[in-house]
Amino acid sequence: MIYFDNSATTQALPEVVDTYDKVSKSIWGNPSSLHNFGEKAFNLLEQSRKQIADLLHVNADEIYFTSGGTEGDNWVLKGTAIEKREYGKHLITTSVEHPAIHNSMEQLKQLGFDVTYLSVDDEGRIDPEELKQAIRPDTTLVSVMAVNNEIGTIQPLKEVADILRDHPKIHFHVDAVQGIGKGIQDLIMNDRVDFVTFSGHKFHAPRGTGFIYAKRGRRIAPLMNGGGQEKNQRSGTENVPAIAAMAKALRLLLDKESKANQMEREIKQLISDHIQKFDKIVPFSKNTDGFAPHILCFAITGVRGETIVHAFEEHGIYISTTSACSSKKHLASSTLTAMNVPENVSTSAVRISLGDQNTVAEAHEFISVFDELYKEFDKLS
Amino acid sequence: MRYSEIMVRYGELSTKGKNRKDFIKQLGKNVRAVLSEYPEVGVKAQRDRLHVTLNGADDKPVMDDLQRVFGIENFSPSVQVEKDIESIKDTALTMVQEQFKPGMTFKIQTKRQDKNFEYHTDQINNILGDHILENVEGITVDVKHPDIEIRVEIRMNGVFLSSETIKGAGGLPVGTGGRATMMLSGGIDSPVASYMGMKRGVKIDMIHFYSPPYTSVQALSKAKQLTSVLAKYSGGIQFIAVPFTEVQETIKEKVPEGYLMTIQRRMMLRIAAEITKSRHCKGIFNGEALGQVASQTLESMMAINDVTELPILRPLISMDKTDIIEIAKKIGTYDLSIMPFEDCCTIFTPPSPKTRPDLEKTRKFEQYIDVEGLMKRSIEGIKITDIKPNEDYMNADADIFAELL
Repeated sequence: MIYFDNSATTQALPEVVDTYDKVSKSIWGNPSSLHNFGEKAFNLLEQSRKQIADLLHVNADEIYFTSGGTEGDNWVLKGTAIEKREYGKHLITTSVEHPAIHNSMEQLKQLGFDVTYLSVDDEGRIDPEELKQAIRPDTTLVSVMAVNNEIGTIQPLKEVADILRDHPKIHFHVDAVQGIGKGIQDLIMNDRVDFVTFSGHKFHAPRGTGFIYAKRGRRIAPLMNGGGQEKNQRSGTENVPAIAAMAKALRLLLDKESKANQMEREIKQLISDHIQKFDKIVPFSKNTDGFAPHILCFAITGVRGETIVHAFEEHGIYISTTSACSSKKHLASSTLTAMNVPENVSTSAVRISLGDQNTVAEAHEFISVFDELYKEFDKLS
Repeated sequence: MRYSEIMVRYGELSTKGKNRKDFIKQLGKNVRAVLSEYPEVGVKAQRDRLHVTLNGADDKPVMDDLQRVFGIENFSPSVQVEKDIESIKDTALTMVQEQFKPGMTFKIQTKRQDKNFEYHTDQINNILGDHILENVEGITVDVKHPDIEIRVEIRMNGVFLSSETIKGAGGLPVGTGGRATMMLSGGIDSPVASYMGMKRGVKIDMIHFYSPPYTSVQALSKAKQLTSVLAKYSGGIQFIAVPFTEVQETIKEKVPEGYLMTIQRRMMLRIAAEITKSRHCKGIFNGEALGQVASQTLESMMAINDVTELPILRPLISMDKTDIIEIAKKIGTYDLSIMPFEDCCTIFTPPSPKTRPDLEKTRKFEQYIDVEGLMKRSIEGIKITDIKPNEDYMNADADIFAELL
């Protein structure tokens, strides 16, 4: 099997599952318990937090564990909206965000908040100038993703940070779910960013894990109230085995980051160079520095995305329509729609998303299957 | 911009007259100790300033560490450039461009030590000023209150440019103010009081009372961990753990309930005073703030202070709790302090301790216990640990966990 759907999820690594297993069996106390068995779990929890903080070059007290990317995004958006509602009710984001952002914003809109969606160019990238114009005295949040999950565009976070330096009270949130381990850590963890969302299962950690970075001194209202875990910011008994496993997965990810990115770039280049020779191919992702190394999105005009996915699946190759979250709903890709790609093209789009386990041999295998399938597709129209 | 050296300006030096030499020597020593983990870094303490040469070390962690050293007013990272006017122009321009926002003003301030340099001070100011005015659109000069100040120093060994000034910790170098002990409980106040004592140049030894099994191993570890955090400001600290179980049990058994607390505190202070004298320390710090709890009223202080003539130093005496908490958060002790372990001061507390203990009654009730014998046995049991910055006392399994992670 060739797994080219790493932006949907990744396989939990055996050594990561091993940590999960050992912790579940031997350090299963509740970190909040007073006795030293609970204390042990508490210490492991805090050591995991410290390791994650060190890997990101931030302070341990700036890391809060969550259940994943969706929770992180919901928390920062709604938490900011609630916390700062006295100061303003205007929120800014882009028109190409993940549904966790988009739908949270839509919910906040119903509750009386005003939301501005920034438009994007034909590479799916926002214009910082438009952001500058959109900021109002009552703006409390700007949320911009690091890497687009559908086509891999890297957003101009440096320019956004520069603009927001003149507006120190606005919360600056980055959804880095697709951005971690892709060679742009300095861009994500820039000195202006206030909140960053991360998801564990996108980097070989177990499902149901994630964390946010929240800069010291920046406050958001909690969404989970209860026993006061995570400094009263996110209650619920901590999932220590999964958190420890995630800390390990993050270390392994960043250890091999540059090597993996090089490989991903090579595979992406190989495949995109090949497929661009065919008439029906409309490429969306580019091989420039403005795009993440692991995502390649293209359309085969006249063929529905799901037809392409199933055709490849027959050959044991797993790719996806633009994003796993919307792929079963037969929706046109929201990113491509925002880029003004006509619907008859965007419904023909598919996404290859690579991971550190993929190889050049798999790329060649993909290419030969592609050639075979393309002949079939060519007959269709 | 990659910095090559950091110029450190001394604090409060002017008021210290003849002690200037000691101040500088001690500060040099403290800075060297703090930066010892960067072997490539050089430290040179001179009469007017201290120079930290980075020799390729990352400037960020070094500046982080410097910000915790007492006796530093402020410091400026600077860039060394070639001794030719073109290089100076380039670097000055980059420095301005990195900070410039529309509407900002600037100023060039040149000092020339090397009188052989081809331009004199005013010429350099003019050349650089013109260069910046030509290349940065919208910038203007303001020599009185500039937004951006570029300082240029033409020294014998090179040309140094700096702009940013970072505030230091202030205070006096630890060690210039002599040596004292500190009664460290583990709560929020005593670490803050320690910090404030250190800030005035005092080298501090920690005295911590513990009462197993009433107090847990975690409570003792927590006090050590707090000491390790404080050691970041002063270098290594001696931690003296004093067993207090027998004293507390005896007092509980023999003394009327209303005076339990007062007499416990008197015993603590007596023992602390003994230890202080034996170590040639000159005073005892504690974290008391007037009126905060029963033992911290003026009457209580008088009744407790009665047992020693040593100076009792209370840096927090008139501070509000919220202000103390703010400092605790800033110095990184707060999160540790609020961990919920019982310490000596919270066990055996009577429901209503006397807030105005009577000194005569206190002395009378104390005769019910064997003060000398209890003190002797307690002091015989003390354990001393040398605690360094960044040690981990809270997590005994750190190494095992590191394997898992």
